[in-house]
Amino acid sequence: MCAASPVVFRRLMNEIGSVDAVGVEERAAKYGTRSIKTASKVAGLKLAASMVDLTTLEGKDTPGKVRALCVKAIRPHDDLDCPPTAAVCVYPAMVKHARAALGEKSPVNIASVATAFPSGQAPLRTRLAEVKTAVADGADEIDMVINRGAFLAGEYNRMQDEIAAVVEACGEATLKVILETSELETYDNIRAASFLAMRVIREGDFIKTSTGKTGANATLANNQVMLDAIRDHYLETGTAIAMKPAGGIKSAKQALHFLVAVKETLGDAWLTNRRYRFGASSLLNDLLRQLVKMETGVYQAPYTFSEAAGTY
Amino acid sequence: MPVAAPKKSSRRRAEPELIFGDLWEFDPAPESADPKLQDRYRPFIGGKFVAPKSGKYFASINPGTGKPLAEIALASPQDVDTAYAAASKAFPAWSKLPGAERGKYLYRLARILQDRAREFAVAETMDGGKPIKESRDFDVPMAAAHFFYHAGWADKLAYAFPGANPQPHGVVGQVIPWNFPLLMLAWKIAPALATGNTVVLKPAETTSITALKFAEVVQEAGLPPGVVNIVTGAGETGAAVVNHPKAAKVAFTGSTDVGKLIMRSTAGTGKKLTLELGGKAANIVFEDAPLDQAVEGIVNGIFFNQGHVCCAGSRLLVQESVADAVLKRLRNRVSVLRVGNPLDKNTDIGAINSKEQLDKISGLVKAGIAEGAEMFQPKCSLPRNGYYFRPTLFSGVEQSHRIAREEIFGPVLSILTFRTQSEAVEKANNTAYGLSAGVWTEKGSRILKMSTALKAGVVWANTYNKFDPTSPFGGYKESGFGREGGKQGLADYVKLT
Repeated sequence: MCAASPVVFRRLMNEIGSVDAVGVEERAAKYGTRSIKTASKVAGLKLAASMVDLTTLEGKDTPGKVRALCVKAIRPHDDLDCPPTAAVCVYPAMVKHARAALGEKSPVNIASVATAFPSGQAPLRTRLAEVKTAVADGADEIDMVINRGAFLAGEYNRMQDEIAAVVEACGEATLKVILETSELETYDNIRAASFLAMRVIREGDFIKTSTGKTGANATLANNQVMLDAIRDHYLETGTAIAMKPAGGIKSAKQALHFLVAVKETLGDAWLTNRRYRFGASSLLNDLLRQLVKMETGVYQAPYTFSEAAGTY
Repeated sequence: MPVAAPKKSSRRRAEPELIFGDLWEFDPAPESADPKLQDRYRPFIGGKFVAPKSGKYFASINPGTGKPLAEIALASPQDVDTAYAAASKAFPAWSKLPGAERGKYLYRLARILQDRAREFAVAETMDGGKPIKESRDFDVPMAAAHFFYHAGWADKLAYAFPGANPQPHGVVGQVIPWNFPLLMLAWKIAPALATGNTVVLKPAETTSITALKFAEVVQEAGLPPGVVNIVTGAGETGAAVVNHPKAAKVAFTGSTDVGKLIMRSTAGTGKKLTLELGGKAANIVFEDAPLDQAVEGIVNGIFFNQGHVCCAGSRLLVQESVADAVLKRLRNRVSVLRVGNPLDKNTDIGAINSKEQLDKISGLVKAGIAEGAEMFQPKCSLPRNGYYFRPTLFSGVEQSHRIAREEIFGPVLSILTFRTQSEAVEKANNTAYGLSAGVWTEKGSRILKMSTALKAGVVWANTYNKFDPTSPFGGYKESGFGREGGKQGLADYVKLT
């Protein structure tokens, strides 16, 4: 089983091409030198806010916490003309409480992590049952984790079959496939896993960097590797896959640099929350703080913004 | 088959394309630091700014706007003579100064350059047209780095050349080009001073300002008068610098044509000579290369500093099996390059250095079209005033096309293909030049093989346009001789007895 791994990996890399680590990190660093000012900054901040999957994924989450999260997602700020976030992201057990808080027709989607998030270490039928339950309870979107063990062992068929099974279990719901980049370690692996996932998901489904539950999360460089993969897949097949970096994006400035990467790699068609999301909790308030600063010229103290997604 | 094949769509759809439009356009983000320019600059001779004997001045144009920036003195041969007299007078004391003391002066120059980095970056961008992010992140820090590096050598020359007795030449005449005005000055002056020489330097006529601002730094650092002299003007002034009988060594960076003239005029005079001239570098992409990073390197190789780089990767040699894939990526990448106001922090490609250079580039591009190469330019808009040129890709270029042979010195890439490694080597070396080359492959052994097969002074592997003061830079064939940087560069400024 393990002996097969280098062979299938090589075969796949020959097909999709490899990534040079130094080069991709140099490219990513250039996004950080873009200077986003005045009206373009306001537009970027609002766009980023509209792309947030406002997230709470804690063992101590309660219906009350989820309700607070939903209210914040619908109306992030009292005065600003700030759009609602794209979605709230919660554990499966919280989906029905989120649905109750948001109502049947809501501008904010409900995303549920599933498939034994974050490890994925449960039998497939348990994982699929979890997906089905979350969808039945009202989830619009499912954030699954890939079987990293299968990927690293070179069992690509198994990894892809499991994703395909989750696609089926999703029904109408949008699927986001978490690669957990920190466990894949190399950019070559991230590119390979992106392609394996993209080949079995549907137009409009996402690939996503991380669970946020490991040490290393989204970076501009692994975001770039995945954007490059999405571009190649799109130009090859015409199927537009969406992207969600998650974890570690805490400041508005960071978010703007991620958006520059999208603008310069995939272009205007991906500058929408149907094709790009931020998995984040504290990011939203920093976006709001910057927006207030743009309007009034002064920074407000952090406590003037309602806190609904923190890990307190 | 472990990998599922892509699903075939039954209905035919249009070729998928990416849209690089203005959905989220960036607002201007100009760098606002004061360049502290004077209205009029005079030659720097014997530690003072002195009026030129000719009494004449010429305008230095800001290529970003086309408007005059300052008046620069036209130094006559008499002024050059005065400068050599000052340099000769300063030489005995300067060369006998303990190395550690000379080193202190060099460290001081480096630190002052760092302190005034933003001011110098803005001045460099206004005078030469390069994007502020390049002068800010590359030119000025790298100039300071060269002074720091050579400051370290000043008291260790005996260790640099074991068993030899390194002695300075005397007065060194130096003529530098307009593409990296301050950095080329640093490459020339730092090793000369570290080894105990004194200098007479002439910057290019279109970009004299940062050299004269550097003269202010020399004053601020308290260098003994006459150790550094800067004379300004065009070709006639340059000829006077090169041909002056007191010049013990001549160092020139610039065009091959002028290099040949200098070689002729210095022949038989006993003057030491180093030349760093033109190039037509091959950037070679093999089929196993990481393509996105190779594309990034290609872009960095040819569009860095508007392609005004002697080691620019102006000939792309790409293996036929990946030629289409590379070209497709390259077109998308070039479409998001931002051309415009050099002072804008988001500008990737600034202004062409002069009207003359813009005409030369346009002429060669017309020749490329006439010879049948296929041109691609992104649809970006250009500022109304100033000298600008769109990044340009030529595919279907053949070895005999002018755009594959002549140095364009602009943002124009000529793309050729090859089938085998030996064909790549053959084509890469089929040029009068030999300054630099790039190799993109995942195979380490191929990198080693190529680095010896390519007749180029610098070979970059899986990267391009990387510089460091410790690394010698220089060419083969008509790209010149002598090295700058590293111990090898130091050796060109000493007599080994």
